[in-house]
Amino acid sequence: MSVLAVEVPYWGQSLLRVLGGIVAVLLPAGTIVYVFLFKMMSFMQSRLGPMEAGPYGSMQLFAEVGKWLQKEDLVPDGADKPIFKIAPLIVLGSTFLLVAAIPFGPDAVFTNFSAGVFYALAVSSISVIGILIAGWSSANKYSLLGGLRAAGQLIAYELPLVLAVVGVVIQAGTMNMQGIVVAQNEGSMFGWDGLGNPFVITQFIGFVVFMISVQAELTQVPFDMPVAESELVSGYMTEYSGFRFLTFFIAEFATAGVFSLIASVLFLGGWGIPFAWFGWDGIDDVSNWMNVAGPLILFTKMMLLAFIIMWVRFSYPRLREDQLQTFAWKFLIPLSLANIAVTAILKVAV
Amino acid sequence: MTVLSDRQQLGYIASQAADARVNVELETEGMTLNIGPQHPATHGTLRIIVRLDGEQVVWAEPVCGYMHRGYEKLTEVRTFPQVTTLVNRIDWLGSFANEVPFILAAEQLMDIEAPPRAQWIRTVLFELSRIANITLFLGDLGVQMGAVTPTFIAFRDREYVLNLIEGVTGGRFHPNFDRIGGLKDDLPKGWIDECRQVMKRLRGFCEEIEDLLFGNEILQARMRGVGVIPAEIALQYGLSGPNLRGSGVDYDLRRDQDLPMAWKEVDWKVWTHPDGDSWARCWVRLQETREATKIVDQLLDGLPAGPIMAKVPRIIKVPAGEAWVSTENPLGEMGYYVISKGDLGPFRVKIRSASFNNISVVPWVLKGLYVPDIITVLASLYFILGDIDR
Amino acid sequence: MPMKPKVPGLLKGLGVTFNTMMRTITKGADTVQYPHAKETPPIRARGVIALHEGNCTACMLCARSCPDWCIYIEGHKELAPPRRAGGKPRSVNAIDRFDIDYALCMYCGICVDVCPFDALFWSPEYEYSESHIADLLHDKTKLGEWMLTVPEAPELEAGAQKGK
Repeated sequence: MSVLAVEVPYWGQSLLRVLGGIVAVLLPAGTIVYVFLFKMMSFMQSRLGPMEAGPYGSMQLFAEVGKWLQKEDLVPDGADKPIFKIAPLIVLGSTFLLVAAIPFGPDAVFTNFSAGVFYALAVSSISVIGILIAGWSSANKYSLLGGLRAAGQLIAYELPLVLAVVGVVIQAGTMNMQGIVVAQNEGSMFGWDGLGNPFVITQFIGFVVFMISVQAELTQVPFDMPVAESELVSGYMTEYSGFRFLTFFIAEFATAGVFSLIASVLFLGGWGIPFAWFGWDGIDDVSNWMNVAGPLILFTKMMLLAFIIMWVRFSYPRLREDQLQTFAWKFLIPLSLANIAVTAILKVAV
Repeated sequence: MTVLSDRQQLGYIASQAADARVNVELETEGMTLNIGPQHPATHGTLRIIVRLDGEQVVWAEPVCGYMHRGYEKLTEVRTFPQVTTLVNRIDWLGSFANEVPFILAAEQLMDIEAPPRAQWIRTVLFELSRIANITLFLGDLGVQMGAVTPTFIAFRDREYVLNLIEGVTGGRFHPNFDRIGGLKDDLPKGWIDECRQVMKRLRGFCEEIEDLLFGNEILQARMRGVGVIPAEIALQYGLSGPNLRGSGVDYDLRRDQDLPMAWKEVDWKVWTHPDGDSWARCWVRLQETREATKIVDQLLDGLPAGPIMAKVPRIIKVPAGEAWVSTENPLGEMGYYVISKGDLGPFRVKIRSASFNNISVVPWVLKGLYVPDIITVLASLYFILGDIDR
Repeated sequence: MPMKPKVPGLLKGLGVTFNTMMRTITKGADTVQYPHAKETPPIRARGVIALHEGNCTACMLCARSCPDWCIYIEGHKELAPPRRAGGKPRSVNAIDRFDIDYALCMYCGICVDVCPFDALFWSPEYEYSESHIADLLHDKTKLGEWMLTVPEAPELEAGAQKGK
């Protein structure tokens, strides 16, 4: 890869990839926490949010990290110690694995899987294991309830998540994430290529189903039964303190960021602006400065989708477990199946 | 019939025994869960022991008393003004409403009546404390259901009511303003206009909460049909207030009894709902808040001029006797049974608090509900620990 | 049901939060950034009790009527000069010690009401928290200093009868 003018040796490329991966996970997490959790939630509640730590509370995140790090590391007596300690790392680890498949620019990719979508959806299920064993190993009835609810909910909402993406894959013709971005940006809608072919318009139902499933996969309100704060105090996270809780906290928002990145790649056109605006014909034509501008564009689209996720989170009450399941099995899955059928018919016939 | 050999018979018995052992080993036990005493969902230190089968409740029992402060014993060794101070703290969210039945009972024993201006201002402050109490309930309902935003909206608008109460009485939470024979002080200048503006703002708040909470399909799915209490059961368990009116019983002490207060002088409506589920109870409370703002507006329009205090001696000795007065407090029916022996203080005061009877229905209503529904029902029954335990 | 939302309730709820957010961004929050900015309490706010030592005769009515017994009074009798020349010296009460323990005080105001000589007054001052509980016992010097913060009683609404 020769993004820069110099030729970078292989170990240098690997180091860049590792650092890039860490930044790609933690930067969205930090930005989402500050902009949406601290500030946007406060504005929606007629207050200003943290203002003391740094100008306008910008250092609040670092203050929080410092606070959590210096807390006592408690492990309950009856807990299954190795499993208890591993659980948060599994949840955070799946996020890091997930970000490896996302393209950030025409050449700025970590790896270019030919089955990127397949890989991403498979790896995102690993966090379910982390949540389950966190609830089970905590030796606490409330955590157990939270873990059991999480098991049912997260598995139920995997299906609409996957099925919603199938429509995108059919339209793009490839499972390669880079290929999906290119298909959106060089394509045209009904013969007009002014906007490219963003799948958010042609696959609107798929988009809505995907966003709802993402909300459920992240256990955000209105699907936050596993962490029902007013009932289970913190659900599967109740017994965690200090650095382990910080890991769960970061994982929650990092996963929100990474899923928003995936959604912007799949539906909003990823790192690209429609190629027609610059007269490019394919991915090889795209100029090199797109490797710098691409991540920024992708970041903006991610913030937009994260805004929607957080907006819904702060406005709605939560659904009960059986209503949750009914919604997934009896409404979302049939809807996404119908979406696939219609997309397939239109792709073949039109 | 085949004749089994001994060996076969023994084998058959052994397999039956093995089956039975497996059944016993696999038999799922119920889980006993303690909700409280420290828990975000109970408004204070209430403990509810539930036995669960999976996520369904099989048996429930509330255990109260974690906040018992010995009020009735305290009142035996305090004078009447001191008792007025103390009873503010029973239902601390709508504090002025706690003083009123006690003072009315003492006035009954003394056979005096407060002047009309005092009666009208007492009613205004009573309705303001109702608004303050139920506004917080509406915000809290959101949190119990999972929505974090309504709390802040509720507290933001409730602040204006508390400022009003502070402007008159000097205390936001514990006014301590009622005196035997009238009120301590009159209204400061400009208060009536400010009160009218605050009432308008609160009506806007009710609209906002209706859009944000009550119109929300998720909340409706959570609350409709959950925790249905039929009217007969409600009457048998002694529920009162919006819990009773949410089950369709048309009973409001402000209208149904004659007290020296100004409710009969103004035009207002008693809200009931036939369903009896959690949704009905919360909806009735929302309508009552709106109605309370209209009552306050009408009272301020027709406020009579005059003295604020009747002619009472400086050191008040209430003559011997017994009196029972109960009023329609924000939480339900609250009553005081005062026995006086002619001293500076009462001989015995029995406090009938609304929440104590309201949670007596908890074992009946929680059977068969899911764990999240426990929270819904507790939220809709709305009790305050100080009111339960005194 | 007298309340059927025309727009699906979910969208209306989103609209409420969005409008609140825009209102906070454009017009400012409804909160006050204490301690950089402070709200002034109303005139009648019960913040702290101030003592006018000259009026106090150590009659003990306030100490007796306090529900918490948080007022400690010690006094002695002394002889004051006679009112008219050639008269008898009068004995007056003078206070040695007048402490109010604000760790116990319930801010009910019975002492202020009951004082027959107008020696106790309410003041809206509220920022006197200490790091040691013992420092919350205000002696008569400190109570006298609070007198400087006592406001004038507010004017009453129309229709009120003047005078007590």
